[in-house]
Amino acid sequence: MLKDQDRIFKNLYNDKGSDVSSSQERGDWVNTKEITDKGRDWIINEIKESQLRGRGGAGFPTGLKWSFAPKEVGSRPHYLVINGDESEPGTCKDRDILRFEPHKLIEGCLIASYAVQAHVCYIYIRGEYFVDGQKLQAAIDEAYEKKLLGKNAAGTGWDLDIYIHYGAGAYICGEETALLESIEGKKGQPRLKPPFPALIGLYGCPTIINNVETIAVVPTILRRGGKWFASLGREKNTGTKIFCISGNVNNPCNVEEEMNIPLKELIEVHAGGVIGGWDNLQAVIPGGSSMPLIPKEKCETLTMDFDSLMAEKSGLGTAGVVVINKDQDIIKCMARIARFYKHESCGQCTPCREGSGWMWRMLERMAKGDATKDEVEMLGDVTNQIAGHTICAFGEGSSWPVQGLLRHFKKEIEKRNNLDPIVQKKNNIPYLVDQHLLDKKNA
Amino acid sequence: MSLRRPAKDQPESFEFNASSLEAAKVIVTKYPEGKQQSAVMALLYIAQKQNNNWIPLAAMKYIAKFLDMPYIKVYEVATFYTMYNLAPVGKYFVQVCTTTPCMIRGANKLVEACKEKISENECELSNDKSCSWMEVECLGACVNAPMMQINDDYYEDLDKQKTLDILDKILNGETPKPGSYRGRVNNEPENNRKTLMDIKNA
Repeated sequence: MLKDQDRIFKNLYNDKGSDVSSSQERGDWVNTKEITDKGRDWIINEIKESQLRGRGGAGFPTGLKWSFAPKEVGSRPHYLVINGDESEPGTCKDRDILRFEPHKLIEGCLIASYAVQAHVCYIYIRGEYFVDGQKLQAAIDEAYEKKLLGKNAAGTGWDLDIYIHYGAGAYICGEETALLESIEGKKGQPRLKPPFPALIGLYGCPTIINNVETIAVVPTILRRGGKWFASLGREKNTGTKIFCISGNVNNPCNVEEEMNIPLKELIEVHAGGVIGGWDNLQAVIPGGSSMPLIPKEKCETLTMDFDSLMAEKSGLGTAGVVVINKDQDIIKCMARIARFYKHESCGQCTPCREGSGWMWRMLERMAKGDATKDEVEMLGDVTNQIAGHTICAFGEGSSWPVQGLLRHFKKEIEKRNNLDPIVQKKNNIPYLVDQHLLDKKNA
Repeated sequence: MSLRRPAKDQPESFEFNASSLEAAKVIVTKYPEGKQQSAVMALLYIAQKQNNNWIPLAAMKYIAKFLDMPYIKVYEVATFYTMYNLAPVGKYFVQVCTTTPCMIRGANKLVEACKEKISENECELSNDKSCSWMEVECLGACVNAPMMQINDDYYEDLDKQKTLDILDKILNGETPKPGSYRGRVNNEPENNRKTLMDIKNA
């Protein structure tokens, strides 16, 4: 288990309060000027050395992302945008940072803004977190009052204004370009990349977008050194991470742990074990709903980091661990996730808009045992037609969980759905999806 | 995508009242000059709050004029984002999360409770027109599942009986206390905390 002294979010459970003075006791805002005095290059290099990877799901190296910002500010101002649109089912880590560790985030914003030369920072918070957003606003107001923000913020000589922008219940706005569209006051439909936001982002200006957790760990990394952060976890998967353990466990919770922690330790030690015992475990979704599930056999030895989960054809994503025990119907669970994606598709690309509903309807029938044998193959086919054929990664996010189900629980689906096709496929019709419509009597 | 339709009965006109107007003006200053369109989402919230939890078409037209942008752009935004209610939902708007992490911890019991207390179907006003309920997608409180949101507040760690009690309170016009209903502190592992104990006990 990670030592308490190495935990970054010491107020994760709000034992001490979130105001400036108690945050200062935890080390925030203590020597911000000393950090910025070391210069932009030092900050970016230190973050690179820490091998910090973005905590929002994709795991892109943060130092590298910052280095994409233009070195000189041209005619267009630079922006820093913080992505707090946490909507991935199974994930609730950013909420705790917003309400209990707001000053880690605000100080991180100041340092990151200095590093990428932004004078304005927008924090995008999902609309449902209105109350938590109010708490962050109170923290921002207090920071302004104490001269930690505004002109010459915290004595660093850098001017910074932070504004909160609330979303309004669109999962897709967690995608960085959709988020920018949303801040611009439009529908949250992702943009084509390139151009990447680092060059053409918010209002067409260079924009760096980071997750809440990514930015909130920055001040601690710079205080304790990139080497310290890199010493936790393993190569390229360094540092600590807040894991959210939900579902069929005895004590669902958020906990900050070292990267590369064994999944079993996470569940058994922190979350009080699977309901009904470890043998009652059916599967685990390791990183929020868009990551393919992992069956019990593999959970024994699985370690939680970006690369080891990738090797299992899944991913760390947002580290929202959803534990599903044997009392649950796994097909129903995935059908519900498919319904989520059907509801949240932005409707811009046809494969995703139509395919997400298609997957959902098929899975619903499969859960009831109303599907025909050949539909199992067809479902796999549909997922492949969505993934990789859309503007943003939503296509992958919606089809991966279904692919994971097919990969590990195909036998279960086939056992339940052994109907013969209502209309036998004719050899001369190569591929007709709605064959059953040909024969209305049986449809 | 979700299907969203404006209500059939629409008021003729809409205008910000004094406090809404003041709030709206402050919000516009958060964005660079000439980019006032960015404020549309926040202004729709203000309109929704002023107009008893829903946004009439007249309010969209008003906001379009206020921000000097085409009406259709406001309409697009209002119909794209699901948190803007396009029809009356009552003073208390109950949203029950039924996405997988909540579902496997018994969110259907919460739905049953809503059906018993509020109305048979979702998005339907209760008899006294004071509240309505709907199933929503993940609200981002998965370790506190099952949970629901009433207006701005989260009610966490629920079961059927606790939901019935909460709904009884709102039907009586009271505002129940938000937060965990199993008495746990925030997101810590209940009775099983192993981290940061020195800080807790200090």
